[in-house]
Order: sequence, then C-alpha cells, then structure tokens
Amino acid sequence: MAKELLKGNVAIAEAAIRAGLQAYFGYPITPQTELLEWMSARMPELGRAFVQAESELGAINMVYGAACTGARVMTSSSSPGVSLMMEGISYIAGTELPAVIVDVMRGGPGLGNIAPAQADYNQIVHGGGHGDYNLLVLAPSSVQEAVDLTVLAFDLAEKYRTIVVVLLDGSLGQMMEPAELPPMKPLKTAYPEWAARGEPGDSRRVLSSIYLDPPAEEVANVRILNRWKEVEANEVRYKEYMLEDAKIAVVGFGTSGRVALSAARAARAEGIPVGLLRPVTLNPFPNKQIERLAETVDSILVVEMNAGQMLEDVLRDVKGRVPVEFFARVGGIVPLPDEILNEIRRMASQPLSTTGHPRDRWLKRMPQIMA
Amino acid sequence: MTITAPELEKTIYTRPESLTSVQTHYCPGCTHGVAHRLVAEVLDEMGLREKTVGVASVGCSVFAYNYFEVDFVQAPHGRAPAMATGVKRVLPDRTVFTYQGDGDMASIGMGEIVAAAARGENITVIFINNANYGMTGGQMAPTTLPGQKTTSSPNGRDVETQGYPVRAAELLATLEGTSYSVRRSLHDPKGIRNAKRAIRTAFEVQQRGLGFSMVELLSICPTNWGMSAINAMHWIEEKMIPFYPLGDYKVHPMLAEVKI
Repeated sequence: MAKELLKGNVAIAEAAIRAGLQAYFGYPITPQTELLEWMSARMPELGRAFVQAESELGAINMVYGAACTGARVMTSSSSPGVSLMMEGISYIAGTELPAVIVDVMRGGPGLGNIAPAQADYNQIVHGGGHGDYNLLVLAPSSVQEAVDLTVLAFDLAEKYRTIVVVLLDGSLGQMMEPAELPPMKPLKTAYPEWAARGEPGDSRRVLSSIYLDPPAEEVANVRILNRWKEVEANEVRYKEYMLEDAKIAVVGFGTSGRVALSAARAARAEGIPVGLLRPVTLNPFPNKQIERLAETVDSILVVEMNAGQMLEDVLRDVKGRVPVEFFARVGGIVPLPDEILNEIRRMASQPLSTTGHPRDRWLKRMPQIMA
Repeated sequence: MTITAPELEKTIYTRPESLTSVQTHYCPGCTHGVAHRLVAEVLDEMGLREKTVGVASVGCSVFAYNYFEVDFVQAPHGRAPAMATGVKRVLPDRTVFTYQGDGDMASIGMGEIVAAAARGENITVIFINNANYGMTGGQMAPTTLPGQKTTSSPNGRDVETQGYPVRAAELLATLEGTSYSVRRSLHDPKGIRNAKRAIRTAFEVQQRGLGFSMVELLSICPTNWGMSAINAMHWIEEKMIPFYPLGDYKVHPMLAEVKI
C-alpha cells in the first residue's frame, strides 16, 4: 500500500479497523476525538459495532462486555477520560481479557489543557487501577509507528490475555504525516475457549474478576504475574540511534524521544558523541538495555514531557554508575530541539554533578528555561 | 389389576433447566430465589437457555452467575447495562439480560441504566427493589421509603436531608428508547404470577428487537428489615406498594400482538 498523508488519530483508527477490530466504544475528548469520529463512520459502514458511550465509564465497561465475547475490541480517550476508565481497566485485567486502549495524553492534572503531554506515564505504566496487574504499554513516536503498534497491540492483547495501551501525546494524535496503512485483515471467526458467547451446545462460561476465597485470588494473582513475566521476557521493544560510539546517551519516549533525536543529530553535527535510546515498550521497560548503556556511556540525559516519571525507572537501572541529568517541559509544552541541544552541550562541556537528584537540578534551572 | 408407577407418581414441579443445582447464598425467605426461578422458567419456556448471556451486578445478586445455567459475566458496581451493551452489540442474536439491585441500578449505576434505556439498547433488565442495600447490611438505598429506618438512616429517612426515593419504572418509562417498563411485586402468589408474565413479556420485547425492557420487582429483605418473611410480605403490601404502585408504565404498542 502506498503512503498517505494521515492524521495520527485517524491513522490509528483505520489501522485498528484493518487489524480486525470488531467493536469500538468511546466518548469524545480532545485531543483524541477524531479517532472516535472516524470509527463512527467506518465501523457501521463495515457492519461492525460502534457505540458513542454516555461516559468513559460506560465506554470501558462496554469494552469489558465485548471483550468477554472474545472479540477484538478497543476504546480510546485522553488523560481525564482514561482516569475515569481505571475502574474498568482493573476489572478487565482481573478477568484476564484482551482489549486495546489508546490514550492520547494531554496536559494535567485535573482538566488541565488540551496540549500534548506525557504526564500519565505513571498512571499507565505503574498502575492506576486497584490491584496487582500490569498493562502492556506501547509508545509510538510517529504516525507510521502508531499504525504499526496499533496492529501489534491487538496481537499482543490476545496472545497474553492482557490490556495493551497505545500511549501517545496530543501532538502525535493531531499531526499529519505520510504513513502506510496495513492491508485489511479478515475478521476472526474462531474464538478462544474461555469466551462467553452464549453458544448452543457449549458448556457454561462464567467470566468474573471475583475470587472471594483469598487463596483462589492468590492463585489468580500469581497466574497473572507469571503471564506478565512471559511478556517481560519476550516483548521488550526499543530503538537505538547513534549509540555505538556515544559518550552521552539521551533516553526519551514518544514525542520527547523524537525531539531528542533531532537534538542528538544536531549535536553530532557539532562533533558531540551523543546517541539516543527510545523505549517503545514502556511496560515492559527496556531495563537491561539501560543497564548496559550505563556501562558504555559517560552520562545519560532523560527527556520527558512530565516532571520525571520515566526518570525514576532510568535511575533504578543506572544504579548511580554514571551521572544522570533530566530535562523536561511540562503542563502541555513540547520541548524544542534547541533546548535539548543546549542540555547536551552543557553535559559535554561541564563537569556533571553526582549529588542530589536530577529532577531537583532541573527544577533549579526551570526559571531560566521557562523565561 | 396392577398399578404402574407413572400413575402413582407424576412430577409437577422441577428445577428449571436454566437454574444450576446449587444452594444459593440468599437469606431464608428472601425473594431473590423467586425472581431467579421466574427468569429461569421464562428462559426455559422460550428455549433461550443456550443462547443467553447474563450480566451479574454488585450487591446481594453478585453471585447470580452461580445460579443460572447460562453464560454469565460479572459487571463492576452499577455498570451492568454498559457491559450488557458491549455483549449485545457484538452478539446481537443472543439474549442478554442484567440482574441488578436498587443500589446498583438506581444509585451508582443510574447513569448507565438511563443511557442504555435512552439508546433503546435491546437488552432486558431485571431490577430488584428491596428498599435497602442488602449485601452491605441494610443501608439506605435510593429506594428507601421516607421515614424508613436503615443502618445509615437510623432515625428514619429524612427527605429534607436525605432526599426522596427513586421510582425507577416510572423514570425509565419516560425515555423514548424504552419499550417496556413495568413494576410487579413478589409478595404473594398473584403478584408472582404477574411478575412472571412481565418477565416473559420483557424477553419477548428483546426477541422482537423492540429495544430496552425493564421489570422492577418489589422484593423482601427480611434479614435487614428485621422482620419475619411473612411480616416482610405484609410490609410490601402496606408500605411499599402505596409508594411504588404496581403497573405498566410503558408498553410498546406492538406488544398488543403478544399473547402470553
């Protein structure tokens, strides 16, 4: 298929449809709404289920019901809407069902704004809903990657009976780029043994997240964790750029990773030996790769569009072996390549602090950065 | 002349196929069992047992999935109509019903039930109104009567500060998407017979694709009301029915053709 000029939200929607999506449930929220709008036209046209729900609470529970039938199902939203979905997310995780959620993050907390942000990293990567569970989190940095990861999300969700979140920020949802869509997959016709479909002749299927007997809940928790261990062993994804001879490594995901790549290329042009590691799966996180990085580079710069949420994961992997610096714009501001380039230049030219926390040092520099 | 066994013994009452052979966790005297049986009898009579997906709620009926011999899923508190929507939209030719109590449907789940009814979602809702939160030990529910004492309205529900009860059957009847909204009572044999006819009609509505159907059933809660079962039955007649009149609040005109 040829490349087309596609808006991120629309590209994700169409990619999901071509990946065999059977039912979509959503609620309008900026900067994700075009995804819902695309679905509202395309799904009925193809004879597939589409409901604009009464709320995100309604949407995620429609996803829960539809997922119980073993169908390929999806919802999409943005930060405040995803907060509302946390109840259903925990239940779906507790019932061990596959589902795909697209979260097009915006500035927060609270109503915040509708500008791009990455401040829901902790909510999505480290929990959000109640109970012991993990979400498999994919973070694209271009429209093409968003297309590819959306298709992958459905396969991973079914393979591991888990929720897969495609986590991006509002700029990726809104921007238009050339991207190639996948061919249309036929809808599935075979359903897993656990699916509750009211099939005549089948034995009774009951799907629930209730294990009233604590030892039974413990068994379920351990089963879920063991399945997650398989995800950790098989599904870590990341991209490396110019790291072979790098002395400074930048770590950033999604849009901040992409902006950091521009900055790293500019720094290379100035002769600074810098490279980039961009985690594609935020959960499972590329811990081993970052540990290795700490052995080969002199310093690491973490770049995010939040106040250092992934930074803590990087620090845990680096274990103090090399200095770590942090740079971010928050509240819905996308960092400029030049801002990151300045950080790289500073790191290349000055002795780096090894005391205190990188977030605190960044916060001290923030008055100048914001000025 | 020898008398053969069949002439001596004739089975006139059995467990419906749509009920599992287990003992329920419901309190002695509770009418949840009656409501379960009526739903199961209707599913049997309509030949729907193997084509049905039930949606359990949160409250005393949380374990309904253990008692119906049909596929079941278990919703978060109040979200059964949304979950049922998800099932029904993927499997439109299956029968999908929710079984919800008053706290679940008329309090925490008011948004989901009203939206499902407004959409004309082709599902059936069995709504148990026993005027309190049973599972958590008898707190005030949206359906608790004015002046009724509960563990969270110890001086009796004061409408000045605790508001007024919700009449769900009347409320849902106002919505265009609702095709059938009625209230029945399980406090006496006549009421039970009428309740069964209403449940049958509600499932007929769904079979015909006419949209949203809901049967509200006034139900006793002897444990939390602190009464014997028989006194609780009288309490329905004396206290509940005057506030919650039995009746048909919305009946789709096409149901005139349905003879039950």
